[in-house]
Amino acid sequence: MVNPAVIASLEPYTAIGVTILLAIAAAVGALAVAHGLGPKRGGPVKDSPYESGMPIAQDTARRFNLRFYLVALLFLLFDVEVVFLWPWAQAYYAAATGSAAPVVLDGGQAAGKGFLLIGMGLFFGLLVFGLAYEWLRGAFRWNQ
Amino acid sequence: MPVVAAIFQTQLFVSVALAVVALALILGATAYCIYFERKVAAWIQDRMGPSRVGPWGLFQPIADGLKFVWKEDSFPAHVDKLLFVLAPTISFVVPLVLFAAIPWGGQLDVGGGNLVEVQVANPDIGLLYILGVAALSVYGVVLGGWASRNKYSFFGGMRACAQMLSYEIPLGLCILVVVLTMGTLRLEQITAAQTGYWLGFIPQWNVFLHPLAFVLLFICMLAECNRAPFDLPEAEQELVGGFHTEYGALKFGMFFLGEYAHMITSGALISVLFLGGWHLPWLAWTQPDAVSWGAALCKIVVLCAKVCFFIFVMMWIRWTLPRFRFDQLLRVAWQGLIPITLALVAWTTGLLYFGVQRSPLWTLWGNVLILAAALAWVARARTPVTGRQDNLPPVGAGTGGAG
Repeated sequence: MVNPAVIASLEPYTAIGVTILLAIAAAVGALAVAHGLGPKRGGPVKDSPYESGMPIAQDTARRFNLRFYLVALLFLLFDVEVVFLWPWAQAYYAAATGSAAPVVLDGGQAAGKGFLLIGMGLFFGLLVFGLAYEWLRGAFRWNQ
Repeated sequence: MPVVAAIFQTQLFVSVALAVVALALILGATAYCIYFERKVAAWIQDRMGPSRVGPWGLFQPIADGLKFVWKEDSFPAHVDKLLFVLAPTISFVVPLVLFAAIPWGGQLDVGGGNLVEVQVANPDIGLLYILGVAALSVYGVVLGGWASRNKYSFFGGMRACAQMLSYEIPLGLCILVVVLTMGTLRLEQITAAQTGYWLGFIPQWNVFLHPLAFVLLFICMLAECNRAPFDLPEAEQELVGGFHTEYGALKFGMFFLGEYAHMITSGALISVLFLGGWHLPWLAWTQPDAVSWGAALCKIVVLCAKVCFFIFVMMWIRWTLPRFRFDQLLRVAWQGLIPITLALVAWTTGLLYFGVQRSPLWTLWGNVLILAAALAWVARARTPVTGRQDNLPPVGAGTGGAG
């Protein structure tokens, strides 16, 4: 038998699943209806990209500005930070206010708020240092 | 029939029923958001706006919708067909799925003392779910730009990618400030925790604790919705239609419905996080202990009114402010919003250590200090946060001419 508490905890996700299915059904249904109803007249002009009427010079599969790549890398760095901060925020709140059971460390003792503060402080400081470094190196200047 | 009645009283039944109703209502509401946007634009520009289809042009969205459906559903030969269809579908589905976690009307007594949440889904990780799903919406725009194989679309998609990624970090950090203040990711608990009063008359809404985070979150949401002044992905003067240049008929319409649905979701989320959700001070029906059908309806109306307020402000901004330049856009995110939100998170973390994270005195001090430090930094910086491009000579130093 599956634990009833597990089934109860899955209830919100069942509702989310139903919502996702409904939304996808609405989208696919509407697209299918529109595809069936509309006229279909092709032609060489319709089949070429609209670039203000100019003859097409190059394909889009070409090099693009390296800055976009840099932004994506920075995003990865900082988004990982934010992702780390979320569960930490919960654990830290529980430790600081006693509102929930504290997180238990490997050694079996509960993580105190000072431990959580210093641990995240080191990680946070490292990232702020990284941000300052990028800033001084001019990573955020698009035009250089 | 007690078994049947019991089914009607379960949370799951209420959730699914609410999902169906909410989806239908929101699709209608997005269509009318477009009408509302045109009316607001007309009002700001001293014009009439749509006025021909039906009284006051009220049937305009229906006419537009029919037109979308009856137009040619074009698949140009050069596009990547699968991604070309997938992109508007993602743009459309993601904001609709987000509605599931919004607490619309608090608790409701469905008979027999059974309390259910007027909310499609109430997972432990409500806020994380919202952030995670909302992050998917970048795919709609980026894939649309990529699959179109059109240089305008491609540039629009690249811009959208850089913009939405950059603004997602301050967005997450602003929400983290609320998490550190409230200690929960459940949206209905965050709402319920805001229903008290300070000094007996000021509602304990988070906006009074962290006004700076509230404003920054709103800015980030404008960027995530690709709304002006952050509408670079579809800057029509530069990129024709941007990422949707190659789209027509309903696929184009779905990008639009998705954008407006995203505005509604964003407005609902920021209302729940900072403006107390369905709570309105002194109105007995919007207190957490009111569980009748009338109270639930009243709470839904209150939340919708707050959402309408945010939608109106978004439209007002769109028709008032000029668009950012791309280098300004990224600098605002990385050198403005991210350091400020990091400082806010650090300050709130410190307050939580001493247990005063919900004391307005301490949080407001932090807000004032951080804002003052940011303004002082801008005042002493050699290059302003926004302004002339770095690679151009300073004004007056060149050889003349506007170039």
